[in-house]
Amino acid sequence: MAFVSMTINGTPVSREVEDHQFLAYFLRETLGMTGTHVGCDTTQCGCCVVRLDGVSVKSCTVLAAQADGCAVTTVEGLATGEVLHPVQRAFQTHHALQCGFCTPGMIMAAVDLIDRHPGALTPEIVREEMEGNLCRCTGYHNIVKAILAAAEEIRGPSSLAAE
Amino acid sequence: MHPTRYHRVATVAEAARLFAGQEDASYLSGGHTLLPTMKLGLRQPSDLIDLGRIEEMRGIEAADGILSIGAATRHAETAASPLVRQHIPALAGLAGSIGDRHVRHRGTMGGSVANNDPAADYPAAVLGLGATVVTDRRRIAADDFFVGLYETALEPGEIITRIAYPIPESAGYAKFRSPASRFAIAASFVARTGGVVRVAVTGAGSAGVFRARELEDVLSRDFRSEALASCRIDPEQMLGDLNGTPEYRANLALVMTRRAVDAMGEARSYK
Repeated sequence: MAFVSMTINGTPVSREVEDHQFLAYFLRETLGMTGTHVGCDTTQCGCCVVRLDGVSVKSCTVLAAQADGCAVTTVEGLATGEVLHPVQRAFQTHHALQCGFCTPGMIMAAVDLIDRHPGALTPEIVREEMEGNLCRCTGYHNIVKAILAAAEEIRGPSSLAAE
Repeated sequence: MHPTRYHRVATVAEAARLFAGQEDASYLSGGHTLLPTMKLGLRQPSDLIDLGRIEEMRGIEAADGILSIGAATRHAETAASPLVRQHIPALAGLAGSIGDRHVRHRGTMGGSVANNDPAADYPAAVLGLGATVVTDRRRIAADDFFVGLYETALEPGEIITRIAYPIPESAGYAKFRSPASRFAIAASFVARTGGVVRVAVTGAGSAGVFRARELEDVLSRDFRSEALASCRIDPEQMLGDLNGTPEYRANLALVMTRRAVDAMGEARSYK
């Protein structure tokens, strides 16, 4: 067993974990934070994306022990009270989800993209950068729309390249 | 997943010492090959020794014509590094072509080179640039490092600490990737320094990454993509699988080499 300490959505958490436990399962099963989904469990679908020290990672492929000392942000950590994060709101406005299974990972990946992509965002760049997140309902058009709308809200209109 | 013991270490020496004391230990870097492989039960190491936070394996430096990159450097860091983009833009583009955004946030150069997947990107850059693989024990020339499929010159317990790339006059990379795995079906790294041209092909060879010596000879005489028009790569040494027959890959490797020649000096990512 390993003893890990990390902050999750700003709250310090310390627990004993099995050495081979993955972060996604630590969140879901040990802590009961089921916002982070596990789709494929093979590093492909991106449903399990969380941010680890400020960058997006697939939490099904990071050991909880590797996250010791890190700051983890999950989809549960985005809203402020009842006020949704702009990306969450944009997903709602643009109907960027159908069954909703991929949505937590999509949103966490989109937050990372809007936060950290150095240049302007275009539909093409959003599609390229989101390729690590799969939507089995194939609802990609509205997901891209939602991300661009949220980017405009968060970064201001100049964040989008002129069409 | 099969139980294992996890260890975090702060120095290379501590990692090597720990490895030597265990029955069947494995080093863990970004973990984006090893951990999925363990989930499938294909690897069951007794111990995982995490190299991810060793300071001496980090950092990117350029001095005396060498770009030296710490083995624990993540793909996203290499792709975004101003030093890499300035000195070997093709290497930055290559790093940005690996996996997807989230994978690039975790996977490391040293992990990829040590694993020597026959379709991985970095082996093409290491071999194409004639880099030196620096370990905790010695310095290994790229030409001696890649031995076969998933096989390298590394001895048990040996740790890649840095990769030292000679800065070429120019370099180019072209990749045709599997849309499912993002691994190369064929990709070619071309580097030119003085009159010397090196061409390394990944994804296509049945023994992993290889130098295409005939193409090097032709390009050394006439460095234009058109000069390769009459060249041929022997399908005998090519991989055949559901992504393509050996004949298909032999042709694709040639096409990728032509494209790499046309992309010299650029930081192209293939997404």
